[in-house]
Amino acid sequence: MAKIDDEPCCGAPAGPPSSHIERPGYQLWHFVEDLVETPVGPVPKVSTNLVMSDQMGAIRVRLGYKRNDYKVAPGLYCVGSPGPEDPVFVTANYKLSFDALRRELTGISGWILVLDTRGINVWCAAGKKTFSTEEVCRQVKATQLDKIIKHRELILPQLGAPGVSAFDVRKACRFKVIWGPVQANDIPEFIRAGKKAEPHMRRPTFTLADRLVLVPVELSLILSRTTVLVLFGIMLLSGIGTEIFSISAAWQRGLMAIAALFSGVIAGAVLTPALLPWIPGKQFALKGIILGLMAGYATIFLHKGNISTLEIAAMVLSAVAISSYAAMNFTGATPYTSPSGVEKEMRRFMPVQALAVLGAIIAWVAAPFI
Amino acid sequence: MDTFRYLPGVATLKLDPEPCIGCGMCSTVCPHGVFEVEKGEKATIIAHDLCMECGACATNCPVKAISVTPGVGCASYIIQVWLKGKEAADCGPDCC
Repeated sequence: MAKIDDEPCCGAPAGPPSSHIERPGYQLWHFVEDLVETPVGPVPKVSTNLVMSDQMGAIRVRLGYKRNDYKVAPGLYCVGSPGPEDPVFVTANYKLSFDALRRELTGISGWILVLDTRGINVWCAAGKKTFSTEEVCRQVKATQLDKIIKHRELILPQLGAPGVSAFDVRKACRFKVIWGPVQANDIPEFIRAGKKAEPHMRRPTFTLADRLVLVPVELSLILSRTTVLVLFGIMLLSGIGTEIFSISAAWQRGLMAIAALFSGVIAGAVLTPALLPWIPGKQFALKGIILGLMAGYATIFLHKGNISTLEIAAMVLSAVAISSYAAMNFTGATPYTSPSGVEKEMRRFMPVQALAVLGAIIAWVAAPFI
Repeated sequence: MDTFRYLPGVATLKLDPEPCIGCGMCSTVCPHGVFEVEKGEKATIIAHDLCMECGACATNCPVKAISVTPGVGCASYIIQVWLKGKEAADCGPDCC
């Protein structure tokens, strides 16, 4: 029998032994560097560097793929070499939020208290009340934070304020809430300034880059299984004609119709977010109509061959309807639209969108007979 | 952010100056600079139309001087409210 020591099996020699911070039954996150001993037990210390897998994960959720399953375990973490006097930063357990925070804590020693927001970002979770007064106090108690730190301050992201009442937190668990900046990248400056946020740190931004990063998710919401059924239905409608049903017409006219719909999706879900401040009007549905008209006409110009007036009308109307609807849906992703305003424009424009769809279908089906 | 202004005159935000103690918390938590609180004075609404009804001010007002109907400015959620009512409405699994 071969000896294990001097005669390894085929292939490379054995890798390094298990790390001292591994525990049976748990998988170790790559960002956990060490375990820091505290009076109530070990607390994982996290790296402030994002690695390839963090970036790939961010891209994955930005594309809308398994966006609801990107979480870290709630509880207490730490960065640097924290002591009992160091600050506590509170965040959501959406990994994108957690990563944004730890990246900005480079060179800072402190504690990170992660709330169980069901994997949802701070602002949305505050709106849904999972980033809440109760959850802050629950995690403070569960982690026995008062035995680890000497002060009684928690730094919360300002956008958590719709869900957390600073006064109620003080009453319920005797911790003072300090409202930190809206964006994690202002944290170093906020800390340097003695935990004071400049007015610009209190406002969300909505730059071109901020808007473009939202586009893939908008598209993924539109492109669903229902879309495939709709496209199939359009092919069927397109085949109806003087010969009762023609497969070649279904294909050719079907593709034309789909091109018009596609142009509406691009206009409403890509161009409207991108060009938002430059499109006239305040109402998103109206902005969508303007770009939908342009996109619908552009599709017709690109089309070679004969096309009747009714078909033009159908294509433009359908592009307008889809673009307007998609643009209206983008309100949910902006940091400045009020629900009352969204409801107002929905009441005004959804009948218009429905009429445009109806008009498009009638014109499209009638076109071969005229 | 100043380039973005949504529909005027729709926000449900109301401030009752009577109970206000001028603590300034509304102005701290508001993401759009809707409030102004001078030192030793009561809060005033200086930009009502910038209100997005997130509810941060009302949640954090210690004397309940602010009222707003908070909500999600999301079309698919509002459609759900219309169809199923406020209780059963949900943005769906793919929302924020």
